Amino acid sequence: MRNATSMLGVLLVAFFIVVAICAPFLAPPSYGDPYQIPRSGWSVTPQPPSAQNPFGTTEGQYDIYYGVVWGTRTAFRVGLIVIGFALTIGMTIGTLAAYFGGWIDELLMRITDIFLAFPFLVGVIVLVTILGPGLNHVMLAMIIFYWMTFARLIRGSILQVKENQYVMAAVALGAPGYGIISRHLIPNSIYPIIIQVSMDMATVPLLAAALSFLGLGAPVGYADWGQLVAFSRNWIISSNGGNPFQFWYTIFFPGITIVLYALGWNLLGDTLRDILDPKMLI
Amino acid sequence: MLGFAARRMLLLPVTILGLTLLIFLFMSFLSPYELLSTYVSDPRQLQGDAAQTLIKQYGLDQPFYVKYVKWIDEVIHGKFGWSVTLNEPVSKAIMQRFPATLELAIYSIIPIILGGIWLGVTSAVHHNKFIDQMLRVFALLGYSIPSFVLGLVILFIFYGVLGWLPPGRLGVNFSMIYDSSSFYHYTGLVTIDALLNGRFWMFLDALKHLVAPVMTLSFLSWAGLLRITRSSMLEALGQDYVRTARAKGLSERVVINKHARKNALIPATTVAGLMFIGILGGVVITETIFNYPGIGSLMAQASEQLDYATVLGITLIYGLVTVIGNLAVDISYALIDPRVRLR
Repeated sequence: MRNATSMLGVLLVAFFIVVAICAPFLAPPSYGDPYQIPRSGWSVTPQPPSAQNPFGTTEGQYDIYYGVVWGTRTAFRVGLIVIGFALTIGMTIGTLAAYFGGWIDELLMRITDIFLAFPFLVGVIVLVTILGPGLNHVMLAMIIFYWMTFARLIRGSILQVKENQYVMAAVALGAPGYGIISRHLIPNSIYPIIIQVSMDMATVPLLAAALSFLGLGAPVGYADWGQLVAFSRNWIISSNGGNPFQFWYTIFFPGITIVLYALGWNLLGDTLRDILDPKMLI
Repeated sequence: MLGFAARRMLLLPVTILGLTLLIFLFMSFLSPYELLSTYVSDPRQLQGDAAQTLIKQYGLDQPFYVKYVKWIDEVIHGKFGWSVTLNEPVSKAIMQRFPATLELAIYSIIPIILGGIWLGVTSAVHHNKFIDQMLRVFALLGYSIPSFVLGLVILFIFYGVLGWLPPGRLGVNFSMIYDSSSFYHYTGLVTIDALLNGRFWMFLDALKHLVAPVMTLSFLSWAGLLRITRSSMLEALGQDYVRTARAKGLSERVVINKHARKNALIPATTVAGLMFIGILGGVVITETIFNYPGIGSLMAQASEQLDYATVLGITLIYGLVTVIGNLAVDISYALIDPRVRLR
């Protein structure tokens, strides 16, 4: 059972990586910017799956299949950029705080507390409002309010590692500070970070998609899962007596993609936790 | 313990000062005219040459520290500017929307706590058995379904297909009664006010509107609470006093409910406290999907309309709520659990 779910996680993540890499072959872009979803008309009413649009179209005739495929690239890009920068900032601050301790630790952790005072979405929304909507601004705002997790995690981890005798031995041998940090402290405290990153590869693109859902992220027609879901909202709840399942495909395909993507990374993170952190196995 | 509480209390003003400085820093990206909307209490104040006078009056052409002090002065007096979204002062808009979010948070936290703890305890008691594995998958699904997909699916099933749970906070007829002058708003919480006004059907209608968002929030929060409760319950089950209880010949039910669970609940309580603050701090997506008129949906609307004053006002208030709430949770954690010596 456990091995089966682990395998499923690896397969799902691998599948999405392949989709992201092969996007130009799976859904050949027809013109200009490949992230712009092609439209097959201007009609408001979504059209059901057909040979031309395998997953159907949204309102405004955006091809759902194309949006799902290229949206995978968007998801990976957002995840890698936001986590990459947030990790760099967080690791720097966390490492410095834990290594030096004293007033530097106090100062850096108080700054961390200030950023933590914002509920995450509220913080991101206020910044996006001020900077203006758009995917790049969303990513910037997310970086600004996401690094704290990593800072706290690495700080706590290093504080534990620091107590080990091999670190004291290195200090006694007169190893330089950066050597101790890069050769002893970081490599030995990186495991919780790796697990966290895997989980965040699920969470971060979902949060960006949530902002697109609210209309604050990617511009209209940009290949983004959150926007595809937003397009479906008006069509799945029209309780005007018609068949409620008429527009099922508008929510089903983007929705299932998002859930499978996140499930893959979460299963992978769970597996990594089992492998890297046996203490958590209880 | 006292030292810890005192230290955290002393740090509170520092954090709040940093919070206001950071928000003020964000504001400096706005043009003076955009900025003015966060100061005036009526849009008519901005007509004609008035803007220039106001820029002078609020010191917007002056150095950073002067601007900052003047802004703090405004904020302390509850002046957050004019909300374009709701066409009233921001402070009034927040006061009007806050009870709705509070009501949602109160009704959500009950199923979240009961369900999450029950699932966690069940999972731990059946450690590594089939139920445990099933619940693990359930928790992972809870982490993997984003609120906007889950909310829409719930809306689709219970409103689109079944027509049972309409979005909003009250049906049309009842909201007319609610807004009428003969209806007294004692608390701002619709369910309580309806009962106090002797309107039982309105109370039921309000409850009906709460079910869908509460369901969404519960499902999303159960996963986290399940994991915490499970691991602390497993830890408690391995303790000596549990073995002693079993050795005394107590039934397994008593051992689990009376001995192990009580101690396992402490971390779960803390997490539940943080979740409550999280819901108060704006469930932007859930409120937006169900057209629920709380702070979260106001935040989303205001942001879409570039209503700076409202967005900044909400951010400041919610920063304060979060800081004070987290402090309260931390201190109560140390109070409940004498084993905890935080730092």
